[in-house]
Amino acid sequence: MTAIVNPQREKMKSRIAWSIAIFFAVIWAVITLGPFVFMVLNSFRDKKMMGRQGVLHFPDPWYFKNYPDVISNGFFGFFFRSVLIVSISLILMLVIASFASYPLARMKFRLRGFLYAGIVAMMSVPMHVTLIPVYQMTNQMGLINNLFSLLGPYVAFALPMSVFILTGFMMTIPHEMEEAAVIDGCNKYNMFFRIILPLSKAGISTLAIYNVVGMWNEFAFANTFLNDIQVKTLPLALGAFKGEHAQDTPLILTVLTLSALPTIVLFIIFQDKLVKGMMAGAVKG
Amino acid sequence: MAKLQGMAKRDARSTAVAASIFLFPAVALLIVYMVYPIIDTFLISRLKWNGFYTAEKINVGWENWIVLFQDEQFWNSFLHNVILMVCSILIQIPLGMALATFLDAGGKKFNIFKILWFLPYLMSSVAVGFLFYYLLATNGGLISGIGTLLAGKRTFVDLLGQSPHALYAVIGVVAWQYTPFYMVYFIAGYSNIDPSLYEAAVIDGANRRQYIFKVAIPLLGPIFKTACTMSLIGSLKYFDLIWNMTQGGPNHGTELMATYMYKTSFQKFNMGYGSAIAGGMFILITVIALLFQKVFVVKEDY
Repeated sequence: MTAIVNPQREKMKSRIAWSIAIFFAVIWAVITLGPFVFMVLNSFRDKKMMGRQGVLHFPDPWYFKNYPDVISNGFFGFFFRSVLIVSISLILMLVIASFASYPLARMKFRLRGFLYAGIVAMMSVPMHVTLIPVYQMTNQMGLINNLFSLLGPYVAFALPMSVFILTGFMMTIPHEMEEAAVIDGCNKYNMFFRIILPLSKAGISTLAIYNVVGMWNEFAFANTFLNDIQVKTLPLALGAFKGEHAQDTPLILTVLTLSALPTIVLFIIFQDKLVKGMMAGAVKG
Repeated sequence: MAKLQGMAKRDARSTAVAASIFLFPAVALLIVYMVYPIIDTFLISRLKWNGFYTAEKINVGWENWIVLFQDEQFWNSFLHNVILMVCSILIQIPLGMALATFLDAGGKKFNIFKILWFLPYLMSSVAVGFLFYYLLATNGGLISGIGTLLAGKRTFVDLLGQSPHALYAVIGVVAWQYTPFYMVYFIAGYSNIDPSLYEAAVIDGANRRQYIFKVAIPLLGPIFKTACTMSLIGSLKYFDLIWNMTQGGPNHGTELMATYMYKTSFQKFNMGYGSAIAGGMFILITVIALLFQKVFVVKEDY
């Protein structure tokens, strides 16, 4: 490197560079926040005032009736149906995924490599390729317009990624634990419930967060199987409200604000854990 | 000896039994909801069928596939997917990396930016689609509002109503939603770099900027590749946001393979042809993803 470095000049240069960087950082923050501000502000506006005041004006007067309107029009119904189907699917999926990961991670048997490769390959299958046959199956079982028609697709589509991550996790459990258990007369079934499952808790909770977000937001299967407004889940609530009040922008923005709230609240409470969970899928290579 | 072999055999058999029991539910579900439907999609693609199972199914052989090959609308949709894919990779990944670099260099004091920048990724694609449908609306949208403010008179900015603009608007919205994802991804990448490398670089006389560009970014190579692969597969099967924002409109201007497939199958009830589109989509995605993996490996080698 050059021997003559003017420290003051270097410091100046770095300060200018940081100012420029912060300037752009603020611009990007405005771009990310703008739509949220638009959403929340306009949900407190009377629809008649929307055209008259323009969107940049603060609501004047603040109008609070959109929220009770949305809630009394069955918003909690959508919400609780989502809670119900997501929690059942999630628990079932986690049980099945940990069952499947155990032999893939800790046992030697002939089809191991084949099954593992097959399951991993299914991670990138687009749901649209399965949609028509799964719809036909659901139809033949008489489950169209039944909330539980979503159970099978939700569990099945979450499995490949979950098995992949959990198998990787279970492989890192030290073998000494198992050997000690075998000497104590533990068979393969007890081994799973007493040793492997308790030690995989951290991996399972990451998976739970990752999948709960995916299932909570799932749209295409729900939109195909559930036509009756009485059975629709939360992602379909927006379409349902828009169908009835297409011109009432503030009302739709209220529905949007309310449906975005749960994840934002969870984010505030469990910031790092949620981010880590949402990124779980990113480990695939 | 014989006794030992017998024991080993018995052990292998009991392992196989246990493995089958544990794997059975997952394998059964995957066969019912993934393997069988994929095969069935290709079988249905040889039928002329409106999807009602009491209705007649006419076997038309390869006709749907021949039509698909010549279907301008399908290739047009595919082109939109490719444009979306290229733009996603070119916008979101460098931007996500720049944001991550800023946060990594700035340390804890810029945590507030990290939180604010992450927010869009917390919204579902459906919600983002609806939000921007209203935000970009000609009448009562935010962009029109800003236009009115700047022009000093009532201005309507029509982004979703005309053809090339709508696709660009969609690309921008997708970038808004997914950039945070790549940002967090690259933050994780930076935090995995051994801190002793920074110390070594400083001892060798490098400043912060040289460390970032000469040491840290080259080390992120594998992460970069994974990010591109995810963006690639994601862009080719994109659906939720477009469906809720533009429904593929105006006049197919933002039509993607998935929305075209959905319309054909569940609005026009042409399930035979819809299956052919789905099958074509599956083949194209697989081929592009495999090609990308091949090309990238070659590049990483030298």
